[in-house]
Amino acid sequence: MQDKIKLEICCGTTCYMLGAAELMTIEDTLPDAWKDRVDVFAIPCMDLCTREDIGRAPFVRIDGEVMGNATLETVHRALSKLLPIEPEEV
Amino acid sequence: MSNGAERLRRELMIRFVREFKNGTLEKNIDRIPFAIRPAQSASSRCCIYHDRAVLKYRLMTMLGFDCGDDGCEERPLSGYLEEAQSSDLRPSQPLTVSAAGCDGCPESRINVTTNCRGCFARPCVFSCPKQAISVEDHHAKVDYSKCIKCGKCLQVCPFNAIIKTKVPCEDACPVGAIRKDGTGHASIDFDKCIYCGKCFAKCPFGAVMERSELYRVMRHIRDGRKVVALVAPSAQFQFPGGIGKLFSAIAAVGFADVIEVALGAELTTENEAKEFVERLRKGEKLMTTSCCTAYVELVRKHAQELQSCVSSTPSPMRYAGMLARDKHPDALTVFIGPCIAKRFEAFQSENIDMAMSFEELGSLLAGWGVDIMSQPEWPMPRPAIATARNFAKSCGVTDAVLTELLGENSDLKLDSKFINGIDAKTALQLKLYAKGKLPGNFLEVMSCPGGCVGGPCSLVR
Ligand code: FES
Repeated sequence: MQDKIKLEICCGTTCYMLGAAELMTIEDTLPDAWKDRVDVFAIPCMDLCTREDIGRAPFVRIDGEVMGNATLETVHRALSKLLPIEPEEV
Repeated sequence: MSNGAERLRRELMIRFVREFKNGTLEKNIDRIPFAIRPAQSASSRCCIYHDRAVLKYRLMTMLGFDCGDDGCEERPLSGYLEEAQSSDLRPSQPLTVSAAGCDGCPESRINVTTNCRGCFARPCVFSCPKQAISVEDHHAKVDYSKCIKCGKCLQVCPFNAIIKTKVPCEDACPVGAIRKDGTGHASIDFDKCIYCGKCFAKCPFGAVMERSELYRVMRHIRDGRKVVALVAPSAQFQFPGGIGKLFSAIAAVGFADVIEVALGAELTTENEAKEFVERLRKGEKLMTTSCCTAYVELVRKHAQELQSCVSSTPSPMRYAGMLARDKHPDALTVFIGPCIAKRFEAFQSENIDMAMSFEELGSLLAGWGVDIMSQPEWPMPRPAIATARNFAKSCGVTDAVLTELLGENSDLKLDSKFINGIDAKTALQLKLYAKGKLPGNFLEVMSCPGGCVGGPCSLVR
């Protein structure tokens, strides 16, 4: 069994307000083949919203790597680089 | 995040709160539009100058002003801020339309696109009840003096060649209260408006704006006034971490106490059930709920004939206001919910001093730097009962009343019906209820589909 990908979604208040609430639905949108390859976690504020510009919220971390302006689509794209199986149409 | 207009609105609100918290709002307010749309940045509208103008108007509404105010073009935001600070006035209406933001969308009409093949069968011509369509030069043509925009031709065209352009705000309004004025921009007729907030939620240009009391709330907290938050039941589905953490987060901003409006809903339920029994015993045929302000306004302004059927029991917000006044007679009370109509109801409730949306609450917490998820659980003195917390969901009210009623009065038969979402069609349905033409003796009406949880200012729908 390969290691699972760790997807951490910042649910700090700023990220939550600017899109993380929607990102939390990502599990329902993952293609079946990915479902047991990704672990999704809601995490508290990473403090990026104050250090960087709030214009870049919401933030997620994929296997430790931070990504700004996260949307369902950009997260899917990032995951598809790490997962070999082609996702079906989302 | 459902769209870009919503995102920009929240971003701006968070910045506004941050500047206030840092004590830099006075110094920076005039520069916020420039900070968000600096020279050479990309614009969302035709150009950054237009963007900046709309940002300015939006900031005016965050201070509570009407963005149609005379002379607002020349007057700097700092001037408005000063006025807000010295006058502390409640806005006169909960909504305003920014003419700079409004795109003046073209009139709603039926258009034949280039997909039209001028076919032989011409079902559009045959389906039109007004003979408004003819085919000239192999292309269907609409005679607008005859067209009633019924849309029958849209449905029958085999090439999807006919479309109906809409004016989104007009299309969303269930009572025809938003219309173009002489300049082609939308404007709200407050003699008709029921404050349902559907135009606010639907305008793709974000031109319909709420006149906020966020600034009033923040300045009273800063000035050391005791301010108590009354949080609507739907909050439990709106923020991460549950209401226990949310309440602690609210207290962290400086609110003196946080009270569940669901406690008020318990009283509404109890008294509404009593009222219902009394009315049935008097031989009345129908009672409707009254907790949804948009519905109450709909009856008051558009369906007078139903007035006598509307329950006279105060809404959960009003009861919660009384509870808060009893507990903290010296405090200012703030209702927090997903609703625009409640802002209007709050203007008229002596026990509610200010009203705020969930979106404003979220922005307040974000701008204040309060992370909800890392808060401790709030020590609830007594959690509200589950049926009262369910007030936020459609059928929640009935459910609660029903449970209460079935206790003692087994000889009375409850026949409950729901209207889940007010639109032009349900507005007509209500007239039929008033005439006694539809079955049911208890009618629950919620303006938003799904109940308050689907409100125009909710965060998660
Ligand atoms: S809320 Fe996500 S980084 Fe602060």
